[in-house]
Amino acid sequence: MYFQESDKRVLILRSFCFILILACLFPVVSQGRPGGATRPKKPLLINGAGASFPYILYSKWFLEYRKVAPDIMINYRSIGSGGGIRQFLTGTLDFGATDVPMQKEQIEKSKKEILHLPTALGAVVVSYNLNLPKEGTIRLTGQVLADIYMGKIKKWNHQKISEINPGVPLPDQNIVPIYRADGSGTTAVFTEYLGQFSKNWIEKVGKGKSVNWVTGIGGKGNEGVMGLIQKVPGSIGYLAMSYAVNRKLPMANIQNMSGHFVKASIHTVKTSAKQILKKTNDLFHPLVVAKGADVYPMSSYTYLIVYKEMFSIKGQALVQFLNWSLGAGQNFCEQLHYISLPPAVVQEVKNKVRSIKVVDDDKKT
Amino acid sequence: MTKKPNLVFISPFLSFLKRKQEKRDIHIQDRLFYFFLKGLSWSLIFLFFYMLIVIFQMSWPAFSHFGMKFFVNAEWNSWTKNFGALSLIYGTAVTSFLALLLAVPVSVGVALFLNELSPAWLARPIGFIVEMLAAVPSIVYGLWGLFVLAPILRDYIQSFLSKYLSFLPVFQGNYYGVGMMCGGVILAIMIIPTVSSICREVFRTIPESNREAVLGLGTTRWEMLKIAVLKGSSTGIIGAVIMGLGRALGETMAVTMVIGNAISIKASLFEPAQTMASILANQYAEADNELHLASLTAVGFSLFCLSLIINILALLLVWRMEKKFYPKGNSKKNNVLSLRKVKV
Repeated sequence: MYFQESDKRVLILRSFCFILILACLFPVVSQGRPGGATRPKKPLLINGAGASFPYILYSKWFLEYRKVAPDIMINYRSIGSGGGIRQFLTGTLDFGATDVPMQKEQIEKSKKEILHLPTALGAVVVSYNLNLPKEGTIRLTGQVLADIYMGKIKKWNHQKISEINPGVPLPDQNIVPIYRADGSGTTAVFTEYLGQFSKNWIEKVGKGKSVNWVTGIGGKGNEGVMGLIQKVPGSIGYLAMSYAVNRKLPMANIQNMSGHFVKASIHTVKTSAKQILKKTNDLFHPLVVAKGADVYPMSSYTYLIVYKEMFSIKGQALVQFLNWSLGAGQNFCEQLHYISLPPAVVQEVKNKVRSIKVVDDDKKT
Repeated sequence: MTKKPNLVFISPFLSFLKRKQEKRDIHIQDRLFYFFLKGLSWSLIFLFFYMLIVIFQMSWPAFSHFGMKFFVNAEWNSWTKNFGALSLIYGTAVTSFLALLLAVPVSVGVALFLNELSPAWLARPIGFIVEMLAAVPSIVYGLWGLFVLAPILRDYIQSFLSKYLSFLPVFQGNYYGVGMMCGGVILAIMIIPTVSSICREVFRTIPESNREAVLGLGTTRWEMLKIAVLKGSSTGIIGAVIMGLGRALGETMAVTMVIGNAISIKASLFEPAQTMASILANQYAEADNELHLASLTAVGFSLFCLSLIINILALLLVWRMEKKFYPKGNSKKNNVLSLRKVKV
């Protein structure tokens, strides 16, 4: 009855519906077309998701790898390590990504064997908002940092800080500790490091991606922490190294396990990975315990997780990609402010990749 | 004699047939369209309950593990796996209450000015801009709050408050800019459009004759507004306020950026806190422990129920208001509705 009011409207409505139906049908029709002369062959799709920290590196890799192998398309969504692991275990994904190795109970729950493959290194730096002379950076020990984040050291000119910073004019200013409020691998590295120095820390605050902070302000994400450090005078906070480098925030020299105060740099982080691998021959071992004169203590690997047994087409493609990422792929790390793996680690990871078994599809169980 | 009960027995069937006969008279197009729309509406209702059930299911491990203590436990410790929602509820309540305190006078004032006092050429652009405030993405509010509002609050407002009003427990301690106060102010700005536009709707329901009658008694304009508009629509205003509260409770991103994200219960508005929505935004993506995840979902479930109750309350109040001036059948709105029904 309404429609008779104006025929034009009916016409518009009908043509709209028609177009809508056509649009819905188009993909079906075009896919069914034999040969597909105008469109290239449909690429093999590999799905991955997980940690947000390596997202920029991974998207660059997948983009570049498209040029190397045009018939493979890798999708990556940065949904967080927790989500990545969950979806990987339920079988939604072909690979997952995480900044912190999976927990033992999670690995045991899975029926298939899981491989953790380090892809790059990341460092956590401690930054602060203080009016200091330009060339001066402050030095911090794990014990002092733990005391600051537990609220025991409240002023910048506290004796414990000035002791390790002779000659630095520390102001009589309140310290405002800033932490990552969202669960993150950055927090895991930071708390792992502090846990090495203070037993009290493990009891009160804990270790892991989100912990029980007793004082301070939380920012969401690296950018939230960065914003707080920039806007709150007297603040101190930890964040991924790339953010501090990009914004030219000051970075404190951190004391490592052998007592040296070390500045975060590509070289010092790589050295810590090298040192740990040499000592423990283990890619899971926390890097914070590394010792040496040029070892920066707060760093960690970021991992891809894959099943040890994979099915033929996808498995082969993924293995090819992994080998590429350990070779040519590593060159993209530094320009994106990630730290590439030292050669010894690359060799070790390559051995792991070699151990992946590619099973034929028809043997699927 | 024996036929009569039979007829009674089949009479519903007969009337059903009769109705079917009637329906057949209507165009098949219209019937299809009707069922299509009906399906859409029902699917929304289905979706709503489905969501409720799924969220409850996911949060069940937390409820069964902690019991009702979940709501009175102030600790949220992912290291010892001891989770309680009290500090989150406190943070949510304080920021929302502060937001209402700041937003309600402003929004009622704006609504009064736009509806009753301002000339039409001014009312339209101002009303438009106020409503555009609701269209700004909340992350933009959050970043603006972190980089602009928080330093302003710290340097001008919080320093003033802590200097002169520090005898009040709510203005004590160190101030950093970010914290519950900043969260409350951001929320206030965000709910102004909601509250003011509902207030305008409510004021519109008051018949022009009421205003004329009061003016006819020789009152000033202010007295007229007070007697005819504000008093008459008090229920509606409360409804609008509660609607704003509903929005403030669930606001996530903007609050997360500026509230300081600390699990604590402190009287001072300068202190950082955490709201129910902000902890979800913060921890959900990286929670890999079962109990942690369930506890987060339980917070989400409680927030869902809370906003549901609050929104229902608000709607009931606004509806009561409409009924007051337009009792059943007499209202303009109802007439339009019933006309439409006849057509279908």
